[in-house]
Amino acid sequence: MDFLNTHLLSLILFIPSLVALAIFFLPKNEIKLIRWTALLASLIPFGLSIYLWLNFKADAAGYQFVVEYDWYAAIHSSVKLGVDGLSLSMVLLTTLLTPLALLASFNITDRVKAYMILFLLLETGMLGVFLSIDLLVFFVFWEFGLVPMYFLINQWGSANRNYASLKFIIYTMGGSLGLLLGVQLLGVLFQTFDLQTIVTEWNSASGALLGFPISSVKAVIFWAFVVAFAVKVPVWPFHTWLPDAHTEAPTAGSMILAGVLLKLGAYGFLRLVLPLYPAQANYYAGALAFLAVAAIVFGALASYGQTDFKRLVAYSSVNHMGFVLLGIAAAARASGTTDATIALNGAVLQMFNHGLSAAGMFFLVGVIYERTHTRNLKEYGGLFPLVPVYGGILIFTSMSSLGLPGLNGFISEFLVVRGSWPILTAYTAIAMLGLFFTGAYILKAIKNVLHGPLNEHWAHGEHKMTEINAREIIVMAPLMALMLVIGVYPAWILDVINKAMVMLF
Amino acid sequence: MTTEALIWLIPLPPALAFFLIVLFTNKNKALSHTIGVGAAILSWIASMIVFARALGVEHLGEHPFKSAVNWLPTGAEWFRVGVLIDPLSAAVLFFVSITIFMIFLYSVGYHNYGQPAGDHDHAGLPPHGATVTEHGHTHVVPSVEPMYSRFFAFLGLFAFGMYVLVISDNLLTLFVGWEIMGLCSYLLIGFWYGKKSARDAAVKAFMTTRVGDVFMLLGISFLYSATGTLSFREIFTEKVLHVLQTVPSGVFGLSAAGLIGLLLFIGTVGKSAQWPLHVWLPDAMEGPTPVSAMIHAATMVSAGVYMVIRMFPLLSLDAGTMTVIAFIGTFTAIFAASIAVAQNDIKRVLAYSTISQLGFMIAALGIGAYVAAAFHLVTHAFFKALLFLGSGSVIHGMEHGVLHTGNHHVDAQDMFNMGGLRKKMPITFWTFLIGGFALSGFPLITAGFWSKDEILADAFGHGHMAVFITLAIAAFMTAFYTMRQITLTFLGEPRTEEAKHAHETPWTMTTPLVVLSFFAVTYGWLGIPEHFPGLGGILPNWFHDFVGHTLEHVPEAPAFSWVPLLTSLFVALGGLFFGWFYYRNVKSAQEDVFQIGVLKNKWYFDEVYDFLFIKPAYWFSETFVSKWMDKTVIDGILHSFGIATQWTGEKIRRWFDLAVVNKFGDMVGYGTKDIGKGMTPIQTGRIQQYMLAAVFAFLLVSLILYYFLTAA
Repeated sequence: MDFLNTHLLSLILFIPSLVALAIFFLPKNEIKLIRWTALLASLIPFGLSIYLWLNFKADAAGYQFVVEYDWYAAIHSSVKLGVDGLSLSMVLLTTLLTPLALLASFNITDRVKAYMILFLLLETGMLGVFLSIDLLVFFVFWEFGLVPMYFLINQWGSANRNYASLKFIIYTMGGSLGLLLGVQLLGVLFQTFDLQTIVTEWNSASGALLGFPISSVKAVIFWAFVVAFAVKVPVWPFHTWLPDAHTEAPTAGSMILAGVLLKLGAYGFLRLVLPLYPAQANYYAGALAFLAVAAIVFGALASYGQTDFKRLVAYSSVNHMGFVLLGIAAAARASGTTDATIALNGAVLQMFNHGLSAAGMFFLVGVIYERTHTRNLKEYGGLFPLVPVYGGILIFTSMSSLGLPGLNGFISEFLVVRGSWPILTAYTAIAMLGLFFTGAYILKAIKNVLHGPLNEHWAHGEHKMTEINAREIIVMAPLMALMLVIGVYPAWILDVINKAMVMLF
Repeated sequence: MTTEALIWLIPLPPALAFFLIVLFTNKNKALSHTIGVGAAILSWIASMIVFARALGVEHLGEHPFKSAVNWLPTGAEWFRVGVLIDPLSAAVLFFVSITIFMIFLYSVGYHNYGQPAGDHDHAGLPPHGATVTEHGHTHVVPSVEPMYSRFFAFLGLFAFGMYVLVISDNLLTLFVGWEIMGLCSYLLIGFWYGKKSARDAAVKAFMTTRVGDVFMLLGISFLYSATGTLSFREIFTEKVLHVLQTVPSGVFGLSAAGLIGLLLFIGTVGKSAQWPLHVWLPDAMEGPTPVSAMIHAATMVSAGVYMVIRMFPLLSLDAGTMTVIAFIGTFTAIFAASIAVAQNDIKRVLAYSTISQLGFMIAALGIGAYVAAAFHLVTHAFFKALLFLGSGSVIHGMEHGVLHTGNHHVDAQDMFNMGGLRKKMPITFWTFLIGGFALSGFPLITAGFWSKDEILADAFGHGHMAVFITLAIAAFMTAFYTMRQITLTFLGEPRTEEAKHAHETPWTMTTPLVVLSFFAVTYGWLGIPEHFPGLGGILPNWFHDFVGHTLEHVPEAPAFSWVPLLTSLFVALGGLFFGWFYYRNVKSAQEDVFQIGVLKNKWYFDEVYDFLFIKPAYWFSETFVSKWMDKTVIDGILHSFGIATQWTGEKIRRWFDLAVVNKFGDMVGYGTKDIGKGMTPIQTGRIQQYMLAAVFAFLLVSLILYYFLTAA
């Protein structure tokens, strides 16, 4: 137990990679063995995350379960891991979604071994971002996660996958260039990459840097950081890689992409941008709010304008993640107030909630695509009597995405709106337009897929639509349970988030 | 059990019923409806116990039943949610639990429980009847609803939402119940989702009410950030209200209270189908009739009114907001009544009537008639639920006739296909008559008279003459279209073969009619004004005393005046008389002079909205945002980066890599080669020549060295 407690985070972080390595040595034709190894192994980090959650002291300030390994002493970088309430909830989300995504991938038959290895490496990449408290290591994991995802889209994606995967990786990498330079600068400046030290010293830094006033330098690097994270969130107008990547990715890839990868961007805002640049964030909060509201409104409208089911769901992510940024912008403007804390609570919970609902929605799109081989909404129609169970699950998950009170999405959206209203009143009011169209696109999807006169094409013969199967229900069940539980009694998770937000900002 | 604990439990049985039916019993019809009705009964019993205990508390307004728990952490504090039973919610709980119970029971018969499965019935479409052979001859009988269990599950979820709304002690959980009902409304309007019309009506209902909901959410956020709480009892303290009244909102010169009130009220406009967001309610009649009765008459649409009654202490702070409320209510009352006159579908008449009656309540609120609005809310719930269930019974009876004749082109809901049903369906007729008279405000006996009279008296007594006159005209129209409906449906002779073969409905459907008609009459006697000539004082004005005490300062009832009394007598009796007098002779829709285009087409609101909002929204999202902005502009910029990079790369390759770098490399390579080649002639292999070259080279180098060394 002692070993467990002292190395908990490194276990969570590296077990997926170790398993990936083990799978490398399995014979590639043993598909069943590979699948089950990957799935069962991915449950270990999940179990450890629950253990972590239970042993986490929400009231304690700072990072917990900190471990540090020498890595690159010459430039003062070390693998330093730690969690606080913010990263903890993201770690839980990641380790929960990965097994579900792996289970969802059981229908993959092509190069299963490579697929599973990439997926597990991806998990390490994502977890590394949430767990690192060393800036350089943070950046390394940040970029590392892109590679497996690139191949997942590029190799297992659908028709337009080359374009989508290239756009995804170039865009994200391009966006990160400024982040890399900024990280380097900070590292050179303070002779360390330790996040806590940098935050303290950077905020008290004064005078000139590189021949410019430090405030100008900070403003420039602030935007470099913002762009890097904004591409990932994605914030309007940096969002157009998302519909392509999500749509072309294999189902499980979309689940993780929407469920976790987008959170990396929002996490970057909370972990780095706000603590490192409080003054700049405060100054530019209006601009951030503008981009957030643009994401909310245009994301919802664009989603409503789609005829491709998966693209519709993809655009819904732009819409939902906009609320996260709106909360962040509000917090930046009025840091330290109760309103800001409420907005941040909402933003972080929205990250978690969107992870659940977006993963669920993408999976459900995958389920129907696998049976019909079409994503065109106009080609479905009246499928409800054929697939009543699927229909019920789809409506439930859609309602979570829509933000129906009683389910999880409402709590977080309400908190963001409530927190932002007194701080960014006009922006919040305009965001309501997006909230309205959220309803429009969700109902459009349900209307076209489930309701209306039955499209006889799917009722008979070889095209007969089959009901969602047990494996697929098992993928959805934990997501749905969490949606309901958070909607009815959010305090169990919100309390952890709330305490972290109070201590952080 | 403590009353507070009991209140917490009230919403649970229907919610459990929902989950049980959805997860486990959906294949078993009998078990599903047993669970559903059983849950409704449990909640009803709990509600009655709570109501009885509430009656036993002196000064319930000051000492309500309440209990709250921590729900959301907000920084250092917690947002608490809880339950509250004060006089207003007790009165609402009373009628809500009864109507819900009755409608659950009614649904058993309405969906033809016990009948055989249909010959060609599909899930998602209304049942078409089953052929049975009895005593040697075959005939067609109604068939059971294919999605029978699902219906009870949805009703259960709906009941849960309504109970949550009523017992909430704060706006946020009220909103939760509000939206859950909205979802159920959507699901139940679209219950027969296979019909395109039902599907579209469901979406329309959800989206139209959502317009109001997003404004309401802003209002809630504003209220919460302005006061730090959403709990009714914490907001309605003089200190908090004073702050809200004095702080400016910065919009339209309204106070914070004014703007919050307006935002919340827009929510009500959507939910209670007030003009200009009324368009969804008539279409909502696509749903099964119990749904129309429960959601679109008695409970959900009333929830909008309930909310403004609830928030009255806040709303009444700003005169501007109150004027808006009064105007919207009054206008809706007469506007919807005018449309109801020209409708032929038995349910659509009732739908417009509901919009109009809700307008009465809103108008009453707008002029400050708090108790009158609440009173009309309760009486209306009883008689309108009764009327809807009655119309469902009529339709059911007519469908029986349709199945008998086999002529499926006859619209079982068109009143001009009916007539003379009083003999075929006596229970339905008498109860419908009671409901109709209550709606018309038939003097002294019916509940509708007392509540409507109180609204008119308030309007008159407080000097709101425009409201008074408009509402009086609307009340006249109400009586008129109600009697038109009764006359066309029940009186005279059957107009069609189907009407001749209509059939009274089973006990599960008629029992609720009888129970509701009891309340549609007697409930009015609980609110007879003290100074009413002759009757005043015989029964205490219980409703006014009880519900009035919800507020800190019990509102004064207006002094008695003959003007409003005579007006309500005249409009009710006059409207009823003319309705009967004209329509007793009208044989078909062609003869009806009130079939005026603008009324029949609902003042063309659907068409206008389609042109102004729906089409532009489609265009904007499909063409502007998604095709033009994202795909053309933003992606265009991205692609141009890509193209520019490629172009630059290409140019660099051609003009630098190829031209300079490669040329230089080539030059070195080829140059060496060429030089080597050029040297080949001297590589003769003869040692003498090499020696000679060495001597020359030695001399040359020596000379160079000599030159440099001596120069230095």
